[in-house]
Amino acid sequence: MALINPKKREVQVKIVYYGPGRGGKTTNLEYINRKFKKRILNEMVTVKTYGDRTLFFDFLPFDIGEIKGHSIKIQLYTVPGQVKYNATRRLVLRGVDGIVFVADSMDLRREMNIRSLQNLKENLEAFNKNMSNIPLVMQYNKRDLADEGIPILSVETLEKDLNNQLKSPYFSASAIRGDNVAATMKKIIALTVSSLRKKLE
Amino acid sequence: MEFTIDFTKEQIESIEEILQKELIDLGVQSVILMDLAGNVIVNLDSGESDHDVFSLAALAAGNYGAVSAMANIIGEQEFSLLFHKGEEESIHFSKVVDDLLLLTIFNKNVSLGFLRLKVGEAIKRIQSLI
Repeated sequence: MALINPKKREVQVKIVYYGPGRGGKTTNLEYINRKFKKRILNEMVTVKTYGDRTLFFDFLPFDIGEIKGHSIKIQLYTVPGQVKYNATRRLVLRGVDGIVFVADSMDLRREMNIRSLQNLKENLEAFNKNMSNIPLVMQYNKRDLADEGIPILSVETLEKDLNNQLKSPYFSASAIRGDNVAATMKKIIALTVSSLRKKLE
Repeated sequence: MEFTIDFTKEQIESIEEILQKELIDLGVQSVILMDLAGNVIVNLDSGESDHDVFSLAALAAGNYGAVSAMANIIGEQEFSLLFHKGEEESIHFSKVVDDLLLLTIFNKNVSLGFLRLKVGEAIKRIQSLI
């Protein structure tokens, strides 16, 4: 839940990028960090393994201005995607306000996406949260692979596998090229902040 | 379980006053009261440091979680106090209540024993407020 500081009139909002390993969560944050450099005051924090995989999380804070007289601080996090790091994923999910699920469009990763979404559902339940009540945006990443002749899943298949019940807004994206990375982020911020509006009144 | 505490403006002001008197006036450089989601609730400093408190809080929450998991492995519920010693600056973490941590950054001019004593007093006073 977002932290509201009534003295500073400041709201801290936590948005987590979730999804299977090597799906492009960190690439999303790296692109945002480059693209919006001027608005980001602090360095992006990453805790990586030697193999350059996310071990703990990436963290990117920035301000988006004021809503109802409160300044809004957005804090973007990623989780480590690899199956074995579930304890860490759960830690990062603590206090989450909005989620971007970054699915890998590669044909071979179909099962991984489904498992990761199921894992998200279970981890949210551990915090008494229901995946269908929390602001969530789907991102079907790596659409650019089709140009290289690598078989990818159709958006319809991804929708059917992952978003059939949730009916969350979704974007086809290429984090490496930056396609729809900003659009995904803007959407999750808009959804999350609008869910907080009532609290700010 | 997830705990979230909503603070009033008056509570925050009282907490700031306690942290100023008990810790900053003693020579501590920076104090951060934060929750385990990594949110900064109160942040005070002596004016000498310019740390990135939001990143610090995010990492501290992760660190605290990781160390608690280590505690569970050896049969402890948690380690309620952590201390990282640096050459010039050190960081001390202490649990306030279930969901809150107090992070203190101090240099060689402050002794660890005295700091622990003062942190303990500040925590007792904060606990009585929430």
